[in-house]
Amino acid sequence: MVPLNHYLVLSGILFSIGTAGVFLRRNLITILLSIEIMLNAVNLTFVAVGRYHNTVDGQIITFFVMTVAAAEAAVGLALVIALFRHRETLNPDAFTALKW
Amino acid sequence: MLLLIPLLPFLGFVVNAFFGRRLTKSISGGLACLAISASFAVSVMSVLRMLGDPSGALQQDVFTWMASGRLSVPFSLRLDHLSALMILVVTGIGSLIHIYSTGYMHAETDGEYARYFSYLNLFASFMLVLVLGASLPVMFVGWEGVGLCSYLLIGFWFRKKSAADAGKKAFIVNRIGDFGFVLAMLLIFAAFGTLDFQQVAAAADGRAVEHGMGVITVATLLLFLGATGKSAQIPLYVWLPDAMEGPTPVSALIHAATMVTAGVYMIGRNAVLFSHAPLTLSVVAAIGAATALMAGTIGLVQNDIKRVLAYSTVSQLGYMFLAMGVGAYAAGIFHLYTHAFFKALLFLGSGAVIHALAGEQDLRNMGGLKKFLPVTYWTFLIGALAIAGVPLLSGFFSKDEILFRTFTSSNPAAKLLWTVGAITSLLTATYMFRLVYLAFHGERRHEAPAATAHPEEEEPAAHHGDAHGAHDAHGHAHGGIHDAPPSMAIPLIVLAIGSVVAGYVGVPHALGGSNRIESFLEPSFEVSDSARRTETLAAEARPAGAAQGGVHDAALEFQTPPEEEHGASAELMLMAISSGIAVAGIAIAWYFWRRNRPAADGMARRLHGIYSLLLHKYYVDEVYDASVVQPIKLISTGGLWRGVDAAMIDGAVNGVGQTVRAGSGALRRIQTGSVRTYAASLFLGVVLIIGWYLFRS
Repeated sequence: MVPLNHYLVLSGILFSIGTAGVFLRRNLITILLSIEIMLNAVNLTFVAVGRYHNTVDGQIITFFVMTVAAAEAAVGLALVIALFRHRETLNPDAFTALKW
Repeated sequence: MLLLIPLLPFLGFVVNAFFGRRLTKSISGGLACLAISASFAVSVMSVLRMLGDPSGALQQDVFTWMASGRLSVPFSLRLDHLSALMILVVTGIGSLIHIYSTGYMHAETDGEYARYFSYLNLFASFMLVLVLGASLPVMFVGWEGVGLCSYLLIGFWFRKKSAADAGKKAFIVNRIGDFGFVLAMLLIFAAFGTLDFQQVAAAADGRAVEHGMGVITVATLLLFLGATGKSAQIPLYVWLPDAMEGPTPVSALIHAATMVTAGVYMIGRNAVLFSHAPLTLSVVAAIGAATALMAGTIGLVQNDIKRVLAYSTVSQLGYMFLAMGVGAYAAGIFHLYTHAFFKALLFLGSGAVIHALAGEQDLRNMGGLKKFLPVTYWTFLIGALAIAGVPLLSGFFSKDEILFRTFTSSNPAAKLLWTVGAITSLLTATYMFRLVYLAFHGERRHEAPAATAHPEEEEPAAHHGDAHGAHDAHGHAHGGIHDAPPSMAIPLIVLAIGSVVAGYVGVPHALGGSNRIESFLEPSFEVSDSARRTETLAAEARPAGAAQGGVHDAALEFQTPPEEEHGASAELMLMAISSGIAVAGIAIAWYFWRRNRPAADGMARRLHGIYSLLLHKYYVDEVYDASVVQPIKLISTGGLWRGVDAAMIDGAVNGVGQTVRAGSGALRRIQTGSVRTYAASLFLGVVLIIGWYLFRS
């Protein structure tokens, strides 16, 4: 039986990788993928803690998160396509017109 | 019943003010005359009923006006002997002047005509409230009301700048006096706990005569400040001569017969209070005498017919205050009453001259009007004789009474005051007959009148055509001078008769009369029996009520001059002197302005300094302008406007705006538009919050 701490550490590692991806990558699609990694890190925590308490609550809420993530990916990709049509680039630093 | 007296003219005002534009002249004028005449009739009936009443006074509590804690002010009207005389003068002479005005103002348009009569009625209404008010606040309502009407009527021809300015001047100068009145009212309430005249008198009666600056002295001095404003005494007399910008009947009604006497009346009303403040009385006497003399000297050299009369009014009011100041309240009110007749007559007479000459007011352009204006001339002459103090006319009796009472008063400077009064009497006779000789005698110095009805009003543009129409109706479009029309002549004749006979109610004892007016008025200057009773009851309740009787005797001793010592022979001698003075004054006027005109001019040239000093009215207006008006303007513009309003208040408001603007200008730099910066700050925030919860213990 794998103890809970292992899951939590793995989840922390995944979350950090996702965060680093969001901050360091220069591609909008990669950033979206990194966000997915962060979400799945959270999903892993839910499932692990649910299993640890012997309940199904963690698995149920994971389904909710996955639904939201799917919706987010759909909207996010649509926005990325729209932005790309405008500027022919996926670099997030190119889109800074919304200021002051 | 009493309420009807002021209410009737007020109704006249309401009708003319709201519907006057749609009424023809005869209806609006007739309505106004009817209102004031009906008020006169009610006054006569009320006075008759009052005389039949054993208590000697009528009172009507209309409603409770103010009630708060110890303060309870009912809106009460009281008719006693003093106010009886006043309401008869106000409504009687007021009616005559209303009738006169229907003729004088005939050249105005319908709307203006109704406006004029609505103001006139409103004025009469407020004046009657002032006179009938049974307590200081009610009197103050009338006091302020007549001030307002005075402003409206002086500035009646408001298109003319000088008239509008004169109206404002009258209003503002009066306001200074009113401020004294209000302070006095507060002080009296603080000291006596009541504002009713009778109760104040009764309360004051229980106190010792003050020989320093006690509370009564301060209160009466403040009241007197109010009186100087309303009654045009030094230092607040400057508005009255300028008030001559108004239509002439207004000058007759407000600035001669009624409103300006309000101050004298107010002192008479509070006679008990003033008797307890000898210091105030001395001030009143001194100011009165000084005003009488100063205005008399100015009147001697003025060239505008109405201004001469205006200064004469100021001077005669000075006489009245002199009488009040030496404790001869009845004599002062007597002079007020006779003065109302002959001064109204003189003003209306001068109005008839101005009307006939189509607005000419300069004496230098008149002359020889005697044969053109016989009615005006003879009535004017009677008025002039009466004011000069020629024996057997009304002015003689009242003026003589004042001089006699001044001479025999216990005031330490009685002889000096008498001398000033006598000199003023000489001046009065001189300037009045200067006026008569310059205007009515000699040769015509005036060409055919110009073709405007009232060049008194310089901008008749609004109703020019109408004015011409009125002219033709009068039949003086072709340069002929016409005497007063009946509507103007009848009041003149009635007033002339009044100027002759009005004095006979006060024939002095020395001439075999009984001085009825004095015994008639005397009760009003004492504490009434009913008020004394309540006060005595209150005093008995108080432990300190012991010393009352002796104190009251002392007050009376001061009030009543020791008449017996001088006796009738002294009075006869003084009478002879003042008659001699009157004749001498007339003779001087005859010599200088009738017999030997060059002598007058020569005199003016030789005494050039004095002459121009007098002609410029002692430069008082200039001094006031430099010492009061300009500093106030300076402080208002430099300090209050630019400093406080523009810099501080506007600065604070604008400063708040500026600060918010600058702050937002700095803060908006945070919004960079870069998504990753936002994400970073979001992340940082979350880390901080979680860190805070994890490590806070």
